Amino acid sequence: MIKILKYSIYDLGRSHWTFIYFGFYLLIAGTLLFLGGDVLKAIISLMNIILILIPLISTIFGIMYFYNSRDFIELLVAQPVKRSSIFLGQYLGLSLALSVSFLLGMGIPFLFYGLKDSGQFMNFLSLILTGSFLTFIFTAVAFLIGLFNENKIKGFGLAILFWLFMAVIYDGLFLLSLLMLEAYPIEKLALGMTVFNPIDLSRIFIMLKLDISALMGYTGAIFQDFFGTATGLTITILALGLWVFIPVYGLKLKGNAKDF
Amino acid sequence: MHRLNKIKVLIIIWGMLISGSAFSQDIIVVCPDCKVSSIKQAIEKAKSGDEIVVKNGVYKETGIRIEKKLSIYGENFPEIDGQNLNQEIISVAHDSVTISGFVVKNVGVSYIDDLAAIKVYEHKGCVIENNKIQNAFFGIYLNHSNNCVIRNNEVIGEAVAEMSSGNAIHLWYARDILIEGNLAKNHRDGIYLEFVENSKVSDNVSEGNLRYGLHFMFSNHNTYSGNTFQNNGAGVAVMFSRFITMTKNKFYKNWGTSSYGLLLKEIFDGEITNNYFEENTVGIYAEGSNRMKIENNDFKSNGWAMKILGSCMDNTFTGNNFFFNTFDITTNARTFESNKISRNYWSEYTGYDLDKDGIGDQPYRPVKVFSFVITRVPASIILLRSLFIDMLNFAEKVMPVMTPSTLMDEQPLMKPADRSAF
Repeated sequence: MIKILKYSIYDLGRSHWTFIYFGFYLLIAGTLLFLGGDVLKAIISLMNIILILIPLISTIFGIMYFYNSRDFIELLVAQPVKRSSIFLGQYLGLSLALSVSFLLGMGIPFLFYGLKDSGQFMNFLSLILTGSFLTFIFTAVAFLIGLFNENKIKGFGLAILFWLFMAVIYDGLFLLSLLMLEAYPIEKLALGMTVFNPIDLSRIFIMLKLDISALMGYTGAIFQDFFGTATGLTITILALGLWVFIPVYGLKLKGNAKDF
Repeated sequence: MHRLNKIKVLIIIWGMLISGSAFSQDIIVVCPDCKVSSIKQAIEKAKSGDEIVVKNGVYKETGIRIEKKLSIYGENFPEIDGQNLNQEIISVAHDSVTISGFVVKNVGVSYIDDLAAIKVYEHKGCVIENNKIQNAFFGIYLNHSNNCVIRNNEVIGEAVAEMSSGNAIHLWYARDILIEGNLAKNHRDGIYLEFVENSKVSDNVSEGNLRYGLHFMFSNHNTYSGNTFQNNGAGVAVMFSRFITMTKNKFYKNWGTSSYGLLLKEIFDGEITNNYFEENTVGIYAEGSNRMKIENNDFKSNGWAMKILGSCMDNTFTGNNFFFNTFDITTNARTFESNKISRNYWSEYTGYDLDKDGIGDQPYRPVKVFSFVITRVPASIILLRSLFIDMLNFAEKVMPVMTPSTLMDEQPLMKPADRSAF
């Protein structure tokens, strides 16, 4: 598995897209920091970008990479290599490459700007943490979709739909259900619903760390009580971890059973 | 009307000065080593119209009752220490008493009486100025008293919990009072007025109080100007009052889940002009407030610049600047027709101005659909900053369906209104 991981990282390292991805974050973070001049505000703006773009890019990149390396996978399957290590190796290679691009792209401008003295280190850390989690989650789902669908068009469509669902449609349904159930005490329900969407979970996790939580009034206080504590943090990380684990486990099962 | 009152107050003060100088026969000096070594002794010896000068020193006295017309001055801030004995330190029960230049401290908490460092009972013409009041339950307390001046005092408490703390400056049934240049800090309410008429509260600083920086109820025809309210637990609350003028006040950092810059409840015919609101959770929260003029105020970086509930009617909002607030206005009203919003500057306005008259050609709708939803279902704030919400807001901006279609600024300013004149 390590060997396949290594090859897939080499492969991605030679690809322009990884560098473009890295350069994009470098540019955005740098621009926001040096033009805006406020670390906290930059983090808030970056949060908006990260929550939309990381899932989108991870999904598209994931599915493209999977279909592109299909020949390579077929070649490997013929060799005496464990199937799970083929898929896991490729998956880890891609997610690591994306996360490292993201990490460096964000980290370099922040370090240069003086993150240490700004007192926002924890906020930055939660931004990086959720960003990396989102990369791993959406790449895994994209791989899984690719594995299930031989048809590239269908696979692409499903992957985009998955992103659209998590980024937009879910929140629409969420809002609708809140409006429909407005007569009931729905804070707990809202809390529960966020766990089922990694994007929402990350958004609230970062937002409650930032000062805007005071805007949220009574509801905010409830969420703060939940997410602000050590248990809340554990549950958030656990939920995000599960979001990685389930598709990866699916990848392993399906990978073992699939006919090539 | 207000000017008349001011003149009245001035005449009274002047009258007091004249009478003081013309008829005062004696000056009694108090110091720790003098023949008269306590303030109580001095008051006993004095006759109406006398002056008492208290030299620097520590006077452990409480229950000082003034029942004569006296002027009591402290030299170099002599200390009157109440030693937390749960007694009132200075009680004024005569007209035209002046108390100036003291440090009054350690009143002690009572759950039965409103103990104060300086309390005036049912008399008029008192002047309380240049005192420093420390660790008092209530600082300066006027009870059924008129024509008084409270000026340049520093009232700094050590309040921990709302239940066991009093107000820095507390007025209960008073008329024609001038409260000016005071600092009210770390109490329950900074300045508390109930049943107060024709009074002026100006240039005070009220900060770090547990509950409200300024709190008044059932107090009509009052003017508040040039005050600064910051870091108070719940900001400023004004309720059940008519003909209030609030100008040039500053509201900073009243930030927290139940904080307001300025909370208006049942306020009629008021004027809120030239105020500055920065970093408050809610700049102005208005409920049941009618015929208000809200003009030329600046709202900067607040959570909500204004929350105007449907029970507010016939208000005008003009010439205000809205900079970078998370929400400019929210309301739960379906129609907003009776209120008039025009010629404000909105930093989020994206329209154009073809005829270059400084007024945008398209109306601006300050109520985002999301803020409307939040007022209905508070739990939906959890979706703040979600992509879906941004799309919803955009769609609503183009074609309003849910938000009151009448709530808009038809003449939004292209540039912020100039404030250099003030």
